[in-house]
Amino acid sequence: MSSKTLASGAAAPSVERQHRQVRKMPTKQLLGLAGILGFLLTWELIPRLGLVDPNYLPPASEVIAALIVDFGLTAFWVAVGETMKAWFLGLLMAVAAAVVLGFIIGSSNFLRKATNSTIEFLRPIPSVALIPLAVLMFGVKIESSLLLIVYAAFWQVLIQVLYGVADVDMVANNTARTYGLGRMARIRYVVFPTTLPYLMTGVRLAAAVALVLAITAELVIGSPGLGREIALAQSGGAISGMYALVLATGLIGVLINMLMRFIEKKTLSWHTSVRSEVFV
Amino acid sequence: MQPDPTQAAPEAMLSVRGLKKVYQTDGGDVEAVRNLTFDLRAGELACLVGPSGSGKTTLLKCISGLMAPTEGEVLLSGKRVSGPPKKMAVVFQEYGRSLFPWMRVRDNVELPLKNQGVPRAERDRLVDEALEAVGLSHVPRSYPWQLSGGMQQRVAIARAIAYQPEVLLMDEPFAAVDAQTRADLEDLIRTVWKKLGITILFVTHDIDESVYLGERVIILSSSPTVIQEDIAIDLPEERDQLETRSLPRFTELRHHVYEQIQLAKKGDRPAAAGTPSAGPTPAAASGADVA
Repeated sequence: MSSKTLASGAAAPSVERQHRQVRKMPTKQLLGLAGILGFLLTWELIPRLGLVDPNYLPPASEVIAALIVDFGLTAFWVAVGETMKAWFLGLLMAVAAAVVLGFIIGSSNFLRKATNSTIEFLRPIPSVALIPLAVLMFGVKIESSLLLIVYAAFWQVLIQVLYGVADVDMVANNTARTYGLGRMARIRYVVFPTTLPYLMTGVRLAAAVALVLAITAELVIGSPGLGREIALAQSGGAISGMYALVLATGLIGVLINMLMRFIEKKTLSWHTSVRSEVFV
Repeated sequence: MQPDPTQAAPEAMLSVRGLKKVYQTDGGDVEAVRNLTFDLRAGELACLVGPSGSGKTTLLKCISGLMAPTEGEVLLSGKRVSGPPKKMAVVFQEYGRSLFPWMRVRDNVELPLKNQGVPRAERDRLVDEALEAVGLSHVPRSYPWQLSGGMQQRVAIARAIAYQPEVLLMDEPFAAVDAQTRADLEDLIRTVWKKLGITILFVTHDIDESVYLGERVIILSSSPTVIQEDIAIDLPEERDQLETRSLPRFTELRHHVYEQIQLAKKGDRPAAAGTPSAGPTPAAASGADVA
């Protein structure tokens, strides 16, 4: 069967650039800014009016000043680097392991049923319960942080990948089969794209959890990083400095979330959660 | 001449022999298809109609190799179908789920060719031609979900055409599009069929559509399914939505198919299952008033 009879030399496909910019309401940003300013103002006033002892809660201006001083210190950036290193490595290991295992378990009915109860048992164990184990195994080193981070982040991603693999559309799968796509080709072209939105959600959740565990590990175990600096500032009575570091961890959390949203938006432009209205 | 039930007629492109499908469920065995035998000549456009629940989808899954029949077999150019055959393409009713939303229109059409290792230049040509044939050469960079339902089904048809199948199976492809789009798509299928000379098996529940499109209409009985009747559609070759549908012969054929389906619904079964009937007497000078 040839399609030579079809009109050949089709006109060059007109490249359609669809600008689908959604104009954000400027009022939304203004309101957000007003909220932050209001919060800082309240924070500033509470200790200044004597509602709370300034020794326990210094005014916002002092904390921000301390944070700006921190920004100029090498030690601060070294601590940030340590925390981010643990966060990134832990997240990477958790995601890699969860994706591989998720695809293997998810594509086999037998494995899914066989592992289900074990996963449901292991998943709710709080990672911090493993702190004694981490100290026993690795002492005050980055490996301790990694153990906690990987354990906490792994389940977030695994569960999402399992949901994603199970969500493959029958019609899409049958279509792929009728066009001769084998098992590996179907994983690449059908199962993986179907799972991707779930995976991205899992990674975003895991990224937040990984930061929490990174700080916790440093704080409790004393492995190097922002968490340990917070503990040191507290024991040294540098209250403003301590709050400044807490603020810094919050800023890192916001940046991580923004980064994850950005990646999600870029990779899932086709997905219903991201794509804009139908234009035809 | 009685054809050997194990041997397809030599000229048959697609041959269904004594097909039977029994589903094993918790509530016991369910016989969806009892005994189906029919042949499709190369280049034939046959429509398959039947009451709802008559096992049309089961039959199509068996033909396309997605599901193994309990008994009997499907032959494509004389070769037994045991998995999805290379020379066959399927267009599903659910275009929204059949097209991959994560791929642009062009990539959707190209994927089966890419998977087969067709060289790039050849691939580009086939995709361009297929999109041109369905009238969609202006939207290759769009995503399927940015298009209307009718256009999405055109993309699915383009993907099937680009694959260069010898047999095209269509599972109620126009059931989910509006009436006007449906008329356009019906004419598109006739045009593509004539241009490419492929064999098409078109499953539908729409009696008008089956008579308008086909050279032949195969009517299925209710489940467990056998062939209720197999009639030739002796309408003029050139079909036109207005002209053809207002022909007296069109009305006669439609009546006949309708009656048969009503009989099938009541559980009336043909005396000898699978025996093709000659259909109603062709009206004299049918289509004489069509230029």
